[in-house]
Amino acid sequence: MSKELIRLQDLTMEFEGERVLDAINLYFNDHEFLTLLGPSGCGKTTTLRIIGGFLTPTSGTVTFDGQIINDVPPYKRQINTVFQRYALFPHLDVYDNVAFGLKLQKLPKDEIDRRVTEMLETVSLRGYENRRIDNLSGGQQQRVAIARALVNRPKVLLLDEPLAALDLRLRKDMQNELKRIQQATGITFIYVTHDQEEALSMSDTVVVMDKGRIQQIGRPEDIYNEPKNAFVADFIGESNILDGVMLSDYKVRFFGRVFDCVDAGFAPNEPVDVVIRPEDIDIVESAQGHLTGTVTSITFKGLNYDIIVDFRGFKWLIQTTDFHGVGSTIGIRLNPEDIHIMHKSEYSGMFGDYSSYSAEYDELTEDAGDEEE
Amino acid sequence: MRKNNSVLLSTPYIVWMVVFTLIPLGVVGYYALTDPATGEFSLRNLRELGMYLPVLWQSVAYSLVSAFICLLLGYPVAYYIAHTSEVAQKFLYMLVMLPMCMSFLLRTLAWVGLLQDTGLINQLLGLVGIGPLRLIRTPGAVVLGMVYNYLPYMILPLYSTIVKIDGRLIEAAEDLGCNGLQVFSRVVLPLSAPGILSGITMVFVPAVSTFYISQKLGGTDTILIGDVIERQFKQGNNPNLGAALSLVLMLLVFVCTGIMNRFGEGGDSKGGVIV
Amino acid sequence: MKKANRILTALIFVFLYIPMAVLIIASFNTGKNLSHFDGFTLRQYVRLFQDDSLLRLLGNSLVLSVLASFIATVFGTVASVGIHSLNPRMRKLAMTLTDIPMTNPDIVTGISLSLLFVFVGSKMLGRRDSLTFWTLLIAHITFNLPYVILNVMPKLAQQDAALRDAAMDLGCTPLQSFFKVTLYEIMPGIVSGAIMAFTMSLDDFVISYFVSGMDFVPLPVEIYSYTKKPIAPKVYAMFTLLFLLIFLLMVTMNLMQLRSERKKVKGRAL
Repeated sequence: MSKELIRLQDLTMEFEGERVLDAINLYFNDHEFLTLLGPSGCGKTTTLRIIGGFLTPTSGTVTFDGQIINDVPPYKRQINTVFQRYALFPHLDVYDNVAFGLKLQKLPKDEIDRRVTEMLETVSLRGYENRRIDNLSGGQQQRVAIARALVNRPKVLLLDEPLAALDLRLRKDMQNELKRIQQATGITFIYVTHDQEEALSMSDTVVVMDKGRIQQIGRPEDIYNEPKNAFVADFIGESNILDGVMLSDYKVRFFGRVFDCVDAGFAPNEPVDVVIRPEDIDIVESAQGHLTGTVTSITFKGLNYDIIVDFRGFKWLIQTTDFHGVGSTIGIRLNPEDIHIMHKSEYSGMFGDYSSYSAEYDELTEDAGDEEE
Repeated sequence: MRKNNSVLLSTPYIVWMVVFTLIPLGVVGYYALTDPATGEFSLRNLRELGMYLPVLWQSVAYSLVSAFICLLLGYPVAYYIAHTSEVAQKFLYMLVMLPMCMSFLLRTLAWVGLLQDTGLINQLLGLVGIGPLRLIRTPGAVVLGMVYNYLPYMILPLYSTIVKIDGRLIEAAEDLGCNGLQVFSRVVLPLSAPGILSGITMVFVPAVSTFYISQKLGGTDTILIGDVIERQFKQGNNPNLGAALSLVLMLLVFVCTGIMNRFGEGGDSKGGVIV
Repeated sequence: MKKANRILTALIFVFLYIPMAVLIIASFNTGKNLSHFDGFTLRQYVRLFQDDSLLRLLGNSLVLSVLASFIATVFGTVASVGIHSLNPRMRKLAMTLTDIPMTNPDIVTGISLSLLFVFVGSKMLGRRDSLTFWTLLIAHITFNLPYVILNVMPKLAQQDAALRDAAMDLGCTPLQSFFKVTLYEIMPGIVSGAIMAFTMSLDDFVISYFVSGMDFVPLPVEIYSYTKKPIAPKVYAMFTLLFLLIFLLMVTMNLMQLRSERKKVKGRAL
């Protein structure tokens, strides 16, 4: 159905001896909405800039439509970019910003006019043609940036954290807008973000990256439900990650107890990471639980409560709609499909313990604040 | 990779600057080490330098005094300009700039008309029964000429650093218990240090090397190093000695600005303040 | 405190402007003496325009400074782009070279250039008139260049690198992206560098004094020779006219700047 458009092969990038990308292998299909997701410094923007032609990889190849384009400069690529802070030309008005690429192609005036008008229609900016860039709101600037790139009818559109500078509500609107535009135009979108929610809600395919390496590639549901390692499990959503031993297919032991699960294909008695999503845990009377623990903190989140429960010194995050006071004892039950088993990895033991829960939350909000500045 | 092409754009400039700034200094060195009569290598000019040490010190003293007076006069003006309305700031800044664009030769000459024994100032003093005083051809007149000519060079960098001082810092200092004087001495003054340093440099360098001001306003006892150098070249005395003296002057200026920059390190870059 | 400051500031402005007032008044004086006003006349202005020798010298200065500042602006802008993309060590070297004429006293710059020209001209080429219009022009370009560089470099550093990327992304070759994007971004620096270079050139006496020859004398050098002999009062008339011209120029520039800033603020409020 959809053919392969771009392929990255053993793509490696080093800056002053520091390896930023470590032999990335990845392909992009035509008409696909693909997201590169990861924390800052994971290599996602570098990957994007290499595809855009702004960086030349240290080694490895970029293939576009069957041809190696490592040394093709950006202005000869059928690829356009929506830049992080839009990079709109301040000395040009909205119309001239959007017409910029078309004028360079020396298209006839009436065609330029038609396409610019059409494009401004698509991003709902008709009537803003003669506005100066600094007289536009952030959301409007964002739309101009998208229009300026798409009007050239690229085969691929690269988007580098395009929504990072917008406030939350506007960001949600633009997510829907972007998805709509992508479906309407059928252009391949390669989207870079550190926001997992954005990635899951918009993409056909999500590529999770960390430390210059791809951690997992898959559909959003697969990434969420079947994380490959502790990093992915922790980065996408909230996870309790425990040490366990895979006794045999469909049997895992942790916390001194054997549980049924739906995973198979591990070596007998292989040590594994067990992921349990906070929203999958059923709270029951302590007598009926597989495990019992004590509530140590509770935070109201609007839709639900986040409670931290101490199970023999190991703290779990559980999301529940019912109130459980601090100090109360609860039991939990785990269904086989709530338990997800992962091979051990370099990330094992680094994530998924909520002993220092509140501190971690503060850190997260601080990070988000930095990104938006 | 692709930047390489634009790197080449700097080559003609670097070549130009080497040819027209570095090599000329080399030529000065060549002349300084050449005997004026025979054209052969000689240390004679360097040996003669000792004679001019008093003139050199006199020049340094005059310009330091002038720079200091410029600072005392210029600081309040810069401070005042920096704290007026934005429109007034623009206008006053312009008024400081304007004299710099007018012929300094003629402006200095006007001072001759003001200071001479029958000049305007003595006429005014005469009305109240004083004088005539001897104003021109005195050390004071030379310092006055320097202060007058180079005061704008002090005010402008001072203004641009003072105007950048964040008003919230002053509020913070007041909040922490500083009175008006303490706010000035502990916050405003230290923060305007880069401007002070570049102002002093910008007054000192042209003042220490001037020859016109001392020729017009000074007497026989206020000869400065610039005069001496100018005479070696223009009155056909001894260009080789002039070259040696120029080297000394250059060295002096580089040492002084070097010291100033060392002082100013940690502050803003000097270029930013000067321009 | 504030009041005292205000009075002091006013006094210092009086101090700065008194000599100029003296010259302006002298331009209307029937007598020749700066310190005696004998009566009002416009004769000096008539003389200024009847006898074109002074105007020709002014013309000389204008030709020289326009030419020197124009060449220095183009040359300096191109060089800035080059220096900007040099590696840090080479960039430091280039900036040190730039600093030399800025730090050196004018008299040293003038002497060093004149010695170079004389050395090359008479000793190597065997010419008798080694100081000409061309040496004067070279000298002016040389001391103008740093003003351009020091004004343009910060603008290049401030420039949003993404804008250049965006231009290339939309199909600009590197050269096109310079003319279509970078140039607009750094234009304020280029303009202020050019203005500075022009005024420095127009006003320069010390360097010109040492490197100008007989064939081409700029106004300040001529004025210096006047001031050794008794000065012709028509010079005061020219001073007055130049003062008016520069004053009006500066006021218009300020007003234009104010207006464009107002517009910007208004635009943002929308």
